[in-house]
Order: sequence, then structure tokens, then C-alpha cells
Amino acid sequence: MGIVSSGFQGRRKRDLPGVPPGQYVTEDFPVLSAGPTPRIERDDWVFSLRTESGTGRHWDWNVFMSLPQEDVTADLHCVTSWSKLGTHWRGVPVDAVLNGVDTQAEFALFYSYGGYTTNLPLSDVLGGRAWLVHEFDGADLPPEHGGPVRLLVPHLYLWKSAKWVRGVELIPQDRPGFWESRGYHLHGDPWREERYG
Amino acid sequence: MSEWTGRPAERSAEDDYLDGNALAGPLSEVFAIDITAALGTCGTCGDRRAVAEAHLYVNAPAKILRCPSCGGVLLRLDERGGRVILDLSGFTQLTIEVR
Amino acid sequence: MSGAWNVADVVGLRDETPTARTIRLRLPVPVRVLAGQHVDLRLTAPDGYQAVRSYSVSAGIPPDGLEITVEELPDGEVSPYLVRDLGVGDQVEVRGPVGGWFVWRPEDDSPVQLIGGGSGVVPLMAMVRAHQMASHSSPLRLLYSVRSPEAAVFRHELESLAQASGTFGLQWVYTRTAPDGQPVGRLDAETLGASVLDSGADPAIFVCGATGFVEAVAGWLVDLGHAPDRIKTERYGGLGGAS
Repeated sequence: MGIVSSGFQGRRKRDLPGVPPGQYVTEDFPVLSAGPTPRIERDDWVFSLRTESGTGRHWDWNVFMSLPQEDVTADLHCVTSWSKLGTHWRGVPVDAVLNGVDTQAEFALFYSYGGYTTNLPLSDVLGGRAWLVHEFDGADLPPEHGGPVRLLVPHLYLWKSAKWVRGVELIPQDRPGFWESRGYHLHGDPWREERYG
Repeated sequence: MSEWTGRPAERSAEDDYLDGNALAGPLSEVFAIDITAALGTCGTCGDRRAVAEAHLYVNAPAKILRCPSCGGVLLRLDERGGRVILDLSGFTQLTIEVR
Repeated sequence: MSGAWNVADVVGLRDETPTARTIRLRLPVPVRVLAGQHVDLRLTAPDGYQAVRSYSVSAGIPPDGLEITVEELPDGEVSPYLVRDLGVGDQVEVRGPVGGWFVWRPEDDSPVQLIGGGSGVVPLMAMVRAHQMASHSSPLRLLYSVRSPEAAVFRHELESLAQASGTFGLQWVYTRTAPDGQPVGRLDAETLGASVLDSGADPAIFVCGATGFVEAVAGWLVDLGHAPDRIKTERYGGLGGAS
């Protein structure tokens, strides 16, 4: 494992209870991005849904904010091996967006401003397990963390929690997103270390 | 090129990329000559410039190199468990000077 | 030399400023440094956690040595350790030197214009030293933008070189505090135009600093008539501690 520098600690704590295998706990909130940060004003933001039959729905900011809102406390686990515990968010459960939608699809592909995509089984984003969040720690979600709105799916690796989210397509068959088509796991459960496909 | 981590709070998110130059170390594990000095042609927009001049995003599951003109993904480099996974499919061509 | 990680010995340490330190490393193999190259350093904590960072080489010390100069970032995960804690006799893992783009080669006989912001001067210092070592007859200029005289890395070496050398010219830009009688202010297009080698001389230009500095300077240079392919830039980043 190389030459150990006894005075070098890094910033991490490791192997704590409640932390998936191979993860380090960090106190700060690293900014991860695979491209430039899009700057989207709330007035320009629209979230779109399309089903496998081609029907669609759209929510602008005001309509989106009239949907049910929930406060969420969650641990985050990034595939680059940091975890951040007890983060506070506010947003709309994905259930509320999909409420009453007629679909047989079993998978969802989320789209972001800037071109990012990620795929998830619908069962992983329904049942109170995923949110479209717009507040972090009681303040508007800043662009570097995905504002105005990001997906939050805390039980999966954080690349599934797409930043700058702008839409979702419901699809009958799973279709890999940005990282998933580049060798990352289609599902991404940190407790099973589903890092690579 | 001092330290590539430890984000000072005042930095803006637009600064979150490096030069492709920073790929020289990991690519030296794979290639006998320096690829960052090669001229690469972007498969998305056709822009042609040194790999070292493209924009490198390192705070991500894998290192992603993007075209400074169009933002298209040029290269992905993933180092894990003693293996390097290299995806060069964003380039249509690399012109390498052989000294 | 490239490819693999080598275990290097720390054989010397020198404080350059209150926050910057030069680290002399000796490698187990011969090392050829091109001025402007960098090395990757890998540190391993006792619990196995590893961090890899890149640092510009400030001097080659043939046959098997080199120096890096590290600026401490208050928020940094690795640089405070390197600047504050690392001791002579310690070992670190090194990959490189690497990089064939942002380099000055002694066989290039063009005039050379270097423009550095803050610790972006480090790879440029390697070029100044290599240029002097090669006893090059072509003119070499360094424009160095820095917060204050105290924050200037290599200040004394640069000033004595500029006095002793017939080819090396040095120009300071002080952004916060300056020695008596010298102006304070950020580098602008006008100062740049008055300071750098004329585009008619077709100098090879190297710019290194923070992203905003590098992009502004590169834009002004093109406006001054310098060909874009004569301008090589290197940004030094401060990126979120995710790796």
C-alpha cells in the first residue's frame, strides 16, 4: 500500500457504524461535477415528465412549489468513497410528481441541464425513497450542489442524485445514463458496493 | 499547478476544472510518450488543440476531459484497483509528435 | 522518466515565504526534468487512505533529484502536511516528472516571455533556471503578479538573477501592497502591453496562475497581436476535496 506517512491523516474518518464498506466520513460537502455548472434561474426552470407512450407533463417553478413538500434528513454516499452523514434537505417526493401517471414502465431516466443523465428502477424512486430537492440546510440549493433542483436518492450512490435535474422519462427497459454507460453500476447500492457494472 | 484539492470557499464553481495537462501522470502509466502534448480533434465539433489545453474535471467518479469549445466529452480515465480504464472515443484523431 | 511510482527521499527543505516551501527529493533512478513539468505525489495515511496531488517542479537537480515548491492552501488536505509537517528523511511516492506541453526546451532559441500569478510562478522558475543554466543568449522576461513582496516566492533569487544576467528581465506587479514608490493594483491590459516582449519578436509565452488570471492574460496577449499558438497556459486549481 505504499509508503505510510505517519503524520498524514487526510480529512477522513473510516469504518464508523452506519457507514457502508469502503467509505470515509467527511465533514465538508465536496463538489463533484463532470462538466461545467449550469446556471438556471428558477423562473426559467421547468421539470418535464414523459411516459413510454409519449404523453407528457410539465411543472414550472410555481406549480412545482405547490406540490407536497417534505423535509428529509439523509446520509450521502459518493462512489469516490466519501460519505456525509445527517444532511438536511427539503423538496417534493418523486411520488408526488408521478401521482396518477398511467405507466407500465419499470425504469426511469432522469435528465439534467448540461446533458447529464442517470437511470433508476422506478421502485427506487417511489415509496418515499427519492425527492426533487430545492433546499439544503434551510437555504436555497446552490448551483454547485445542483440548484435550483436536484434529485435526491440517498439510498444509492450519489451519482444517481442528478444535479440540475430538468426531467424524467419513464422507460420499459433499463437504459444506462452518463456514468452507467461508462462502466458504473446500473443500480449503485453503496451497502453492496455496487460501484462498477 | 499547486494543489488540486481543498477548495477555498471563495472559489466559484466555474473554476472546477483543470488543464488536460494534469492527465500527464496517469497517462504516463499507459503510454511510453506524453499524450498530453498530442493534438486532439474533437469528435463533436471538430475543434483541434493540444490534449493539455482541454478542460479536465477530476472531482467525479472518473476523470472527464471536455472540449473547451463545445463541452463534448473527449476522454475518460478511470483508475481503480490496479487497472486503468481509458475511453478516448470523444476524439476522432490524435496527432502525436514523435521526437 | 515516467510510468511508475517511485519512492523518493526528502533530502532538503527550504521555506520560501511564510506559506510556501521548497522540498528537495531524491529519486532511486536518474531523472530528466524538462522545465515546466510537474510530478504527482502520493501520500498514504496510516489507515490506508491515499491522496494524490500534482506539484510543479521548480528545479531539476541532476542526476537523480528535483525540487518542488508547494504553497499551503488553508483548506488543503495535503499542502498543509507538506509545508508544515514533512521532514528531511521522510519518504513520499512520486510519479514523473511528466508533461510535454507546458515545457520550455533549451533547443528553442526564441525569446521567452513568462507571466506568473501567485504560486503560478513555480513552473516558470524552473524555466528561468534552465534558461540561465543553458547560458541562452535569447531574451527571457518574467512578469510576476503577486499580493505583496513578502508573498513572492523566489524573490531574492529572481532579483539577483535579474541584476547579474544580461538576458533576464524581471517585472513585478503588486496587487495588495508594494515596496515604497511602486504602484499597487491588479494586472491590466495596459500594464501587460507595456511590460511584455513585443509580438514582433514572436516570443514563446508561458502563463501560469489561477484560472481567471490565466484567461484574462491570454485574452490580452491575443489582443496585443501574439499568435494563440505561441501562448501556452497552465491553470493551477483548487478543487473540492473529493479525491
